[in-house]
This record gives sequence, C-alpha cells and structure tokens, in this order.
Amino acid sequence: MRASLSTDRIDRAWIVDRIVQVLMFLGGISAVVFIVGIFVFITREALQFVFSRFDVVEFFTSIRWAPTSTNNATYGALALMVGTASVTGVAMLVAIPFSLGAAVYISEFATGRSRETLKVLVELLAAIPSVVWGFIGLTIVNGLIIDVFDVPIGLNVLNAGIILGLMAAPIMTTIAEDALKAVPDRYREAAEAMGATRWQMIRRVVLPAAKNGLVSAVLLGVGRGFGETMAVLMASGHSINLPTSPFDSVRALTATIAAELGETAVGSDHYGALFTLGLFLFLITFLINLTADVVVRGIRNS
Amino acid sequence: MTTSKDDSVDPLTDTQEIAVRTEKLSLWYGSFQALYDVDFAVRRGLITSLIGPSGCGKSTLLRCVNRINERLGYVRTEGKVEVLDTDVYASGIELTQLRRHVGMVFQRPNPLPLSIRENILFAHQLHEPGSEALPKADRDAIVEKALREVLLWDTVKDRLDRSATGLSLEEQQKLCIARLLPVKPKVILMDEPCSALDPKATAAVEDLIWQLRGEYTILLVTHNMAQARRASDECAFMLMGRMVEHGPTDRLFVTPEDTRTADYIEGKYG
Repeated sequence: MRASLSTDRIDRAWIVDRIVQVLMFLGGISAVVFIVGIFVFITREALQFVFSRFDVVEFFTSIRWAPTSTNNATYGALALMVGTASVTGVAMLVAIPFSLGAAVYISEFATGRSRETLKVLVELLAAIPSVVWGFIGLTIVNGLIIDVFDVPIGLNVLNAGIILGLMAAPIMTTIAEDALKAVPDRYREAAEAMGATRWQMIRRVVLPAAKNGLVSAVLLGVGRGFGETMAVLMASGHSINLPTSPFDSVRALTATIAAELGETAVGSDHYGALFTLGLFLFLITFLINLTADVVVRGIRNS
Repeated sequence: MTTSKDDSVDPLTDTQEIAVRTEKLSLWYGSFQALYDVDFAVRRGLITSLIGPSGCGKSTLLRCVNRINERLGYVRTEGKVEVLDTDVYASGIELTQLRRHVGMVFQRPNPLPLSIRENILFAHQLHEPGSEALPKADRDAIVEKALREVLLWDTVKDRLDRSATGLSLEEQQKLCIARLLPVKPKVILMDEPCSALDPKATAAVEDLIWQLRGEYTILLVTHNMAQARRASDECAFMLMGRMVEHGPTDRLFVTPEDTRTADYIEGKYG
C-alpha cells in the first residue's frame, strides 16, 4: 500500500479562515467606501449651488451671510471662516501648553499608579459630550468672563476658545504622550548617564526626538477645533461678526450649518450654500489630517 | 594588538592609588538581592574587567558606581561606594556631577539622535557653563580632539553635521566613548561595550580602550573571557552576586586561587 500525504483536505479551520478573511476585507474596505461616499454626497449637493448662484469673491471676501433675505440673499462666508479660525486659534493657545505639559508629565515624571490613573482620567475627559462642554461655556465660563474682564457679553471668541481648548487637550495629550513614549529609553539613559538633569534630558533629547509626533498632535487638535460644532455654537455667541478682540461674539462655519440646515428646503440655494460650507470644512480638515499623517511618517523614515 | 601590555616596564601597574572602592555593598531589586557584601577596589589608570556568568551581578556592580541603577526606582543599596575617596551614596551628592566624573558606555551603542558634533558637545554643554557661547573654532577644536582620541576623526570629519544614528555600530560605539572625553571623566564604566559588534569592530574598540588606559580608569564588564584576558590589567570574577576573586589578569587566568574561578575559566559553567 502506498503512503500518501493528504494535503488537499478542506476542513473547518480552512473554511473559517476564508470567511474571516472576507469579513476583515469588508471591514477594511468599508472605511474607504464611507469616506468616498460622504465626499461624493457633499460635493454633489454643494455643486448645484456652486454652478448656479455661487460667487467666489463674495463667498471668500464678504461678511454678509444673509441667505434668508427675500429680495437680496447674500452668501459671504468670510466672517464665518474668521470666526472658526479665531476660536481655533485661541483654543490652541489654551490646549498646547495644557496637553504638552500633561503629556510630558505623564510620560517623563509620573510613575506607576499615578501614571495609569492620569492616563485613564485624560481618556475620560475626552469622552465628555460636546454639548456638556457647551453647557459649561454657556453657564460657568460666560459668567466668569463677564466678572473677570468686566465685559457685557461672555459668549465670545475667548469663551469658545477656552472650551474648545479644553475639549481638544485630552486627545492631543494622548497623541503627544504616544509620541514621547516612542522615544527609545536608551536615549534617556544615555543623557542621564552623561549627567543631564531631567529637564535637560527632556528639552535636548526627548522633545526633539518626538518632534514630529508632537506636531501631529497639535495638527489633530487644530482639525478637532475646525470640526467642533455644538460647544462652539453654544459658547461663541453665534453672531456674524469680524472679531477685533477676544471679547467679540462670532459665528463658526460648523455652527452655521447645524443651526440653519434644518430650516432650509432641500435643493434651495440656501441648502446648497450650507453644503458648500461643509465641503470647504471637509477639505480643510482633510488637509490638516493629511499633513499630520505625513509629518508622523517623517519620524519613521528618519 | 594590545602589544603594549607585555612591555616589561609599565609604571601604571605599580600604582596603589584606588579610583573606585566598594565596601560591603549589597543591592536589592525589589525583594531580589543582586549583590552580597561586595568589597572591591579598582586601581587608578588601569583597565579592570569584571567577568562572571549571566546574572552574577557584574553589570549591577558597574551601575552602582554612577548610580544609573537608580533609574529603575525600585533599587535599594546598602554599603559604600567611593570614587576617588568620595562616598557617592552620601546625601549631598548631586547625581549630575557624579556622572560628569564617571562616564558610561553601554552595551548597545546609544548615540543621541542628534548630529555627530552635537553628540560630542552634549556633555560639555551640560557641565561647562558658557559652553554654548564659545566661539565656533573652540567648539570645533573640542570635537576634533575627542574624535581624534577615539580614532574616528578621519572617517567622520566631513559629516559632522549628519545624524550620529547613521554611523556603523563600531563608529557609534567609538562616538559614545568620544562624547565622554570633553568633560574629562575620572572613571569610564563600560558595560559589555563590544557585544553588539562584529569581531573586527570588537578588535578596533578594544584597541581604543587600551589607548585610553592611563588617562582614565576603566571598569569593563564583559561576557567574553578572551576579551577580559587580552584587554585588561586586572580581572575580577563574580558569582551569584558575590565577589569571588580579584587579581592581575595574567595571574587570575593562569593560577586562579578559587576553584569556582578555575571552573568558570575552564568553561565548566557559565
């Protein structure tokens, strides 16, 4: 009798393996499908407006956003863009010191249980719903700004910036801490063995080595700032205005879409204009995230 | 290689001056005791090698001298370590100052992710106030001198501003030695400095270590008995956290006093 290896058997493990492979493929591809789908949908809705009523100069240079005016509807988005940018700018002034400080503390100073506790707390902070942050802005920060700075309105760039900064800080902290953790320990050991103090080691070795990751943490924070809606809507005052000081109320791109989209007729100019704002936001956040990603890749290559 | 070792007249080997001394040194990692009452004296200007099987405590002993052990946080030490008659575990000791005088070379070359020039100047800038304000010519002189001492100048002089992590392992390890020299350490600790290198690079680094002999006191941990034999003046054998035997390398390898040393040298364990 001839001995033979049975190598062509299809058993349960083989079938399960195939099924899992297909499922994983579907899972992986779906992210791409959804992104492309969303992009196509937003673009289609926006293009109707872009090709009919859209005026590039008005859109980017006028501050008159009056889409509901019956005889002279205008679609100047400059004030909205400046509103978003100014709130995000203040937010970064708040978030960068907080998040980088927290990341350095967690990664380089805290040890054992306090480190783990802090990490959990930071992640918890990231899970607070944005409407709760908006509520805090509306009630606590509003009163605080009125009292401290003696201004008539506390719902302004400063308020929204503080709220947004606190919102963006946790995710920035987590990413920055990952970047610091990725710095090999032997660099720290080398610096300490040469007699560097803790701060000299951090400033001259760890931070430069983690630079790319830290930059991308900040960029993702900026992306978060551009995209945040509810908290900004509640804390910024929501009035169309080119801000000249942090105490001016502004209106953000996102807040405009959220507040107005429910009241427009599908297919109308107003509807299309809001989708154009959305497309603009989408492109900007996409660019920011792409830059962050490219910057992070820079670490691995160098 | 290392021919100078066999020269009959060598004033260094007559020195009685002690650079590093430990007295009843015991050390615990958490509840695990890694060193038991180690008494050990390293003579100044010589190369002393520490040998013994894995886990015998030789690296731990080395890492007590510059107290880099304490990075781990769960280390407890008892007893005394003196470097040039200064008790380094005394309460007033600043670790940064201690580590200026006691340099260290690690098992895996660990140049900082900076340029070659910045690596050489790193320790100098930490310890010499005003270092960064020095004229460029002075800083260049420091870099050149250190690199010449480790025989690396001719290979890297045209790429001083390139990243040090792009060098070969041998060059990296030489750079790691060179960067200690501008602050003139008294003692250099070397923790298996050649274990990541190929035989040719090992020979080159051993030659370099031999050249530094005299000016610096070198304490060398090695896994490689042949290396201890050819590249050190004195040799100490450790086992299970205890110092078993310490003497001139030639004597220790030819006529060890302790049977455990003899067995280890013959390769009966380890």
